[in-house]
Amino acid sequence: MIDWWVDGLLGLMMLWLAWQALSAADLLRAVAMFVTFGLLVAIAWIRLGAPDVAIAEAAIGAGLTGALLLITIRRMEDQRRSGSQEKRRAKAD
Amino acid sequence: MPRLIERFLPALTGTGAIALGALIAAALLRTPENDGVMARAALEALPDSGVGNPVTAVLLNFRAFDTLLEVAVLLLTLVAVWALDLRLPRTEALPASPVFSSLLRVSGPLLVVIAGYLLWVGASEPGGAFQAGAVLAGGCLLLRLAGRWNPGARFVRWAASTGLLVFLLSAVAMPALTGGLLQYPPALAGMWILLIETAATVSIAAILTALFVAREPEEPRP
Repeated sequence: MIDWWVDGLLGLMMLWLAWQALSAADLLRAVAMFVTFGLLVAIAWIRLGAPDVAIAEAAIGAGLTGALLLITIRRMEDQRRSGSQEKRRAKAD
Repeated sequence: MPRLIERFLPALTGTGAIALGALIAAALLRTPENDGVMARAALEALPDSGVGNPVTAVLLNFRAFDTLLEVAVLLLTLVAVWALDLRLPRTEALPASPVFSSLLRVSGPLLVVIAGYLLWVGASEPGGAFQAGAVLAGGCLLLRLAGRWNPGARFVRWAASTGLLVFLLSAVAMPALTGGLLQYPPALAGMWILLIETAATVSIAAILTALFVAREPEEPRP
């Protein structure tokens, strides 16, 4: 019975986090939701009896993908900043 | 006409997505129940595979060809990203802070040990090259972000391709030894698998780190 509750809660939380990650207007928040989602997916894999997949999901799905998304956000901001500078320079010319 | 299409595009896309979902669900419901024939066959052959973890046995022995192609795909991804030549700004080091450097001191060596443990334990328990490589890549990223490590082009290229090279070499060597492609001699199977997995770990870590950096490392000036 308790298993059923844990699995049900896990499933509902995963759906909720997935929706949060997709619908968040703030990209940083979306990435945080995505990483949390990845960790819950890892737990779900353990519940399904696949610890190999769980380790891979935690390391790659949550860890490295999260890092990749974070640096992408930073680079996008850098690019936007340098882009607006260029525009200003073009106007000054 | 294009405006009309534009107007109904969201509805069309939604209907298409729902139809595809229903189709997949219907296909899934019609698949025969898993009778476990393959799982039983794999477990029966486990003693000959050279490892005790059935997942590793399938990945590196019974279906080693699939894993060989996976390692090749990873390398191709890196080549494609380098070929795009994104001209991204250099991944500059994070500003030095006592918190970050003490985190690095503790977790850097720890991550290397964990990666080695996952690689070694993959023979008998959950773990293996992909997991170990990902953890090692995490350590490499920390070092890069701290500005402590900036390996040159030659090192990165060799590290990224060594996994596929070792895998290909053993694929070519096996027909001479046992007469089958990627069919290890049972007595030495464990050793071959460990050798391939070690090389694959290095390559996976190098490729994941290089994907994060995204810029091709520059050639050293002569």
